[in-house]
Amino acid sequence: MTSGSGLKDATAIVGIGQTPFARHLADDERTLACRAVLAALDDAGIAPGEVDALASYTMEETDEVELAKAVGLGDLTYFAKVGYGGGGSCATVAHLAAAIATGQASVGVAWRSRKRGSGPRPWRNTTAQLPIPAQWTRPFGLLRPVDEIAMLARRYMHEYGATRDHLFNVALACRNRANQNPAAIMYDRPLTREMYMTARWISEPLCLYDNCLETDGALACVVVGRERARDCRQLPVYVHAAAQGLPAQHHGMVNYWNDDPLTGPAWTAARHLWKHADLTPQDVDVAQIYDAFTALVPLSLEGYGFCARGEGGAFTEGGALEIGGRLPLNTGGGGLSEAYVHGFNLITEGVRQLRGTSTAQVPGASACLVTAGEGVPTSALLLRS
Amino acid sequence: MLSPVTDADGAPFWEYAARGELRVQTCGDCAEPRFPPRPCCPRCQSFAAEWRPVSGQGRIWSYVVPHQPLLPDYAELAPYNVVVVELADAPRVRLVGNVVSAPGAPLNSVPPELIRIGARVRAVFDGTGLPRWVLERS
Repeated sequence: MTSGSGLKDATAIVGIGQTPFARHLADDERTLACRAVLAALDDAGIAPGEVDALASYTMEETDEVELAKAVGLGDLTYFAKVGYGGGGSCATVAHLAAAIATGQASVGVAWRSRKRGSGPRPWRNTTAQLPIPAQWTRPFGLLRPVDEIAMLARRYMHEYGATRDHLFNVALACRNRANQNPAAIMYDRPLTREMYMTARWISEPLCLYDNCLETDGALACVVVGRERARDCRQLPVYVHAAAQGLPAQHHGMVNYWNDDPLTGPAWTAARHLWKHADLTPQDVDVAQIYDAFTALVPLSLEGYGFCARGEGGAFTEGGALEIGGRLPLNTGGGGLSEAYVHGFNLITEGVRQLRGTSTAQVPGASACLVTAGEGVPTSALLLRS
Repeated sequence: MLSPVTDADGAPFWEYAARGELRVQTCGDCAEPRFPPRPCCPRCQSFAAEWRPVSGQGRIWSYVVPHQPLLPDYAELAPYNVVVVELADAPRVRLVGNVVSAPGAPLNSVPPELIRIGARVRAVFDGTGLPRWVLERS
C-alpha cells in the first residue's frame, strides 16, 4: 500500500450493515436507518458515540438529527447530503473519505433507508413537478424514469447495433448472482431467456426485466482513516479513488440536449477516477455497476473504460458478466435482482468481495469498481483490499 | 393530461406554441440557439436573448412506446408514442413530443411500427397548446 497524496487509500470502509430486503417491511424508514447504521457499527467494532460524520442522499427522509439522536452518535463535525437520487450513492462515501482525509472528522457513517416497495412511485406525483425538465417531457407522456432511459436505449441500439439479447445478458448475470444470495429478493426466482423475451413491455424497447426492483430496506457503511482501519474488527477495504461526475451541458436523466447524449456522467467520473488511481480498468476484478435499468450497464462499461465506444452491448456476450467472465457484475444481484435501495447495496457488495465474503465470491478479488446512477449526475468508487 | 408547469425562462416557448408558432430561444449576441431555455448563453455568457422562429421541420432522433403502469389519462391511450425530434434548423435542439396522424389526433393515432429513427416530421398545433408532429411523406 503506497501512501499516496490526497484521497488515495487514505480511508477505508471497515463496517457494513443492512436490514432485510422485501417488497414490504413493517418498520418505518427511520427505524430501518437506525438498524442498518447500528449493524454497520457493530460490524466495524466501533461504538456509536465515536461517530462524528454522516453522509447520505438529499432524497433520504431520515435527517441527521433524528438518526444521531436515536442511535446515540457523538458530536458531529461533518454532515453532507448528495443529490440526484441514485447518482449520489458512491459520493456519500467519497464525501466522508474527503472529510476524514482532511481532518474534519474521524469516523463517518453513510446510509440509505428507503421504503420504495411500500411507498409511492415518485413519478406518480403530479403536484410537485419541477419546471426543468418536466415541462419539456411530462405533458407528452414521457412520465417515468424508465421512459427517459428507454429513449436513450433506443438511440443506443440504433447507433451501435446493440440488441435485446445484450440487455438480457445484464439482467441474467444479476439474476444468477441473486440466485446465490439468500438476502436477495430474487434468490429463489431464476430467469430464462424465454421469460425475458416474452415479458410485458414497460416502455419499448425496455421490458419488465430491464427494470430494477421496488424494495423496502436500508444499508449503511462505516468509513475511518487508514491508521484506525488497521485496528478494526474487519479487513479494511480501502477507498483507492473516488469521483463525482456532472458533465458540461448535462441535463439530468433526460440528457437529450447536448452534443452527444450517449456519453453521460460516467465518462466524466471515469476520467477523474482513473487519473487518480494506480489501477486501470484491466486491473478491476469485479464491478458493481448501477443497474436501475439494464441499458445503463453497456453505457457504463464504455464510460468507465472497459470497452470502446459502442462496444458496451457486445462486451456482455460470451458470459463476460458472469463469475469467471471478463468482468463479473453485480455479484449480490444488484438493483435488478437483489434490492433497489438507490445503489447502496452495490457499495456493500463491493466491500464483501474485497473481504472475500461474497455469496458469489470472485477468487482473489483485490480491486472492485462501484458506480452510481448513470444518466443522472453520478459518482464512483474504486475499492481495493 | 398534464399541462406544462412553466418557469420564467420557458414561458415564452409555450406562449408562442399557444399561437401556433414554434420558436427557439437564441442568444441575442452570438446567435447560438439553446434548449432548454435559460437565463444566459453558455457560449458567450450574454443575457440578451430572442425567440427565433424555426421551420418546424425535423427528424426523429429516438422514440419510446410506454405501456402500463402510467398516470390514468395516459394509461387510457397506451401504448402510445413519445419521440425526440431533432430540429432541421438547429440540430442540437431536440424536442420531446408525439407523432400524431393529424392535428388534434390522439397520442396513439399512429401505429408505433410506422415510427422510425431518422423519419422526417413536421410540427403541427392543436387546441392543447402543445406542439405535435406528423410524419412527412418521404
